Amino acid sequence: MPAAKPHKPNLDHPTLKLVKEKFPDTKFKATEYRGQTSLIVAPQDFHEVMRFLRDDERCAYDFLSECFGIDYLNYPAPQPGRFAVVYNLVNTKTADRFFVKVYVDPSLPTDGIEKDPALVIDSVCDLWPSAEWPEREVFDMFGIRFNDHPDMRRILTWEEYPGHPLRKDYPLRGRGEREHFKIVDRSDA
Amino acid sequence: MPYTIKPDQGYDTDVESLDYLKGHVDTGDRWTLNFGPQHPATHTTLRLVLELDGERVARCTPHIGYLHSGFEKLAEHMDYNQYVTIVSRMNYLSPIANDICWHHAVEKLLDIDITPRCKVLRTIMAELARIQDHLLCCGAAALDLGGFTAFLYGFNQRERVYDICDFIAGQRYHPDWTRVGGAMQDLPDEAVFKKMVKRFIDEELAQAIADMENLLMRNRIFIDRVANIGQISKQEAIAWGLSGPCARASGVERDLRKDEPYLCYARNWDGQGAEPVDFKVIVHEDGDAFARFHVRMEEMKQSAHIVRQLIDDIPGGPIDTFADGKMVKPDKKDVYGSIEGLIQHFEIIMSNRGWDTPVAEVYGANETANGELGYYIVADGGPRSFRAHTRPPSFMNYATMARLTEGHLLSDIVAIIGSLNVVAAELDR
Repeated sequence: MPAAKPHKPNLDHPTLKLVKEKFPDTKFKATEYRGQTSLIVAPQDFHEVMRFLRDDERCAYDFLSECFGIDYLNYPAPQPGRFAVVYNLVNTKTADRFFVKVYVDPSLPTDGIEKDPALVIDSVCDLWPSAEWPEREVFDMFGIRFNDHPDMRRILTWEEYPGHPLRKDYPLRGRGEREHFKIVDRSDA
Repeated sequence: MPYTIKPDQGYDTDVESLDYLKGHVDTGDRWTLNFGPQHPATHTTLRLVLELDGERVARCTPHIGYLHSGFEKLAEHMDYNQYVTIVSRMNYLSPIANDICWHHAVEKLLDIDITPRCKVLRTIMAELARIQDHLLCCGAAALDLGGFTAFLYGFNQRERVYDICDFIAGQRYHPDWTRVGGAMQDLPDEAVFKKMVKRFIDEELAQAIADMENLLMRNRIFIDRVANIGQISKQEAIAWGLSGPCARASGVERDLRKDEPYLCYARNWDGQGAEPVDFKVIVHEDGDAFARFHVRMEEMKQSAHIVRQLIDDIPGGPIDTFADGKMVKPDKKDVYGSIEGLIQHFEIIMSNRGWDTPVAEVYGANETANGELGYYIVADGGPRSFRAHTRPPSFMNYATMARLTEGHLLSDIVAIIGSLNVVAAELDR
């Protein structure tokens, strides 16, 4: 197969212009592929931008379809950070879809479960209550915490789980959690 | 931790604020009940920790993850064809709809336009899957409340959809039927397929729906148990991320088949100016458990209407896009009977071959029986996805569980779980 031509993103999504107008001094990046546009926002501006995207009547992204994490360790294309959290927004009136991405870089080794002060993003639960469970899942799977989240617990794995399994440096078959499971008997129950 | 989200934002669901509780005196004597994960009404493994005031639910805390199997981690280690075997195990009530959605996303990534024949067959199967899912859900809604007969009428006819899956794919429960750019095989016998589908749609399904409606739609006991139970307004349904029949039962006019059309729901799907298939989006205003049940019953009729439009004119031609190319696995006959077929088979199968994908990210979503099922694929140029995230409708719908149950009676909880149609395998992945 011949080498594919580099993709040239088409950045004429109307929302990008509105965001740029509203936040003239803030730096943004944007990408587009197959007609879906993503806006890349720095963590400190993130909550304000999301509030604008929901409340501005020209954007009116009232439906947060989901959010999820991506670990870009050893990804072939350069990325602004190692972890990304992607928010998938929909305007239910126009059926317009828009993606917002936030990148964070860890400051501690990523093979453990230590609380990393660099891996923190503002929660959007106050804007869309539907963000609650997906943000818990991002925390569970990637160890990214959310400020002001009402219930920041693990959701799919159990509370003492010693890893964040969707990180790329976590092995597919685990680190022996299944074999070294703590057995509770009646004496210490 | 109570499920209250920022009281000042207007989404507080504290029990004292609900109209439902007017006149109710808080005894101040609350007790905790553990509901599930093993309970006949929890549909596999759901667990709720309920704080009860007498028989009324003051707080409800869902605990999920009992069926977590690391599907998304597995996706990073399987190629775009292999992972179809995993996705069909997500929503196992309508497995073939997951297959179709996964390959819809993959084909969007690879920019593949599938053949008209494949589009028609996938649309038919997607609608049959919707019927299959709704038949179980509507039946189970009655079953959980003690109406065993209606459940059997629905469940019995689901078997016919399994027969059709068995016929086209060789497996009745998890067909794993789609492949990148096509399907694992063409129809074994088109006349038999048409006959099976027509018999199901025109005779068996119509009879089952009529039976279930006669049993339930005017049944005083059933309606008393589901009407005004688990009510959610349109505005809240949008804010809580409900999709599919649960959202449409609250008046949200959102259906991806109309909003982001794909397959035969899109205009000009055959490249020769074909009109999209005709159907109505069913919307209900009430937003309670009965409305969700009613929307599903009506959607089955619309699905049957879609299948009727397509089944008589299945286009001819190949089912695979690259029937002459190097992207699909050759027929087993060629693999075992010719050297070229054998070489091409290994070209696809071997782990260092396969697709040259772009280094890019796409999101492809379909309207499945439960709502918006989507896959977000991050591709790194190789034959396996770097990350394949699932947008599971059950997960987002079930997140409203605490909101829907608080203030209701303990016995209403099974009615609400049944009306949300939560599939734990998809919820926990």
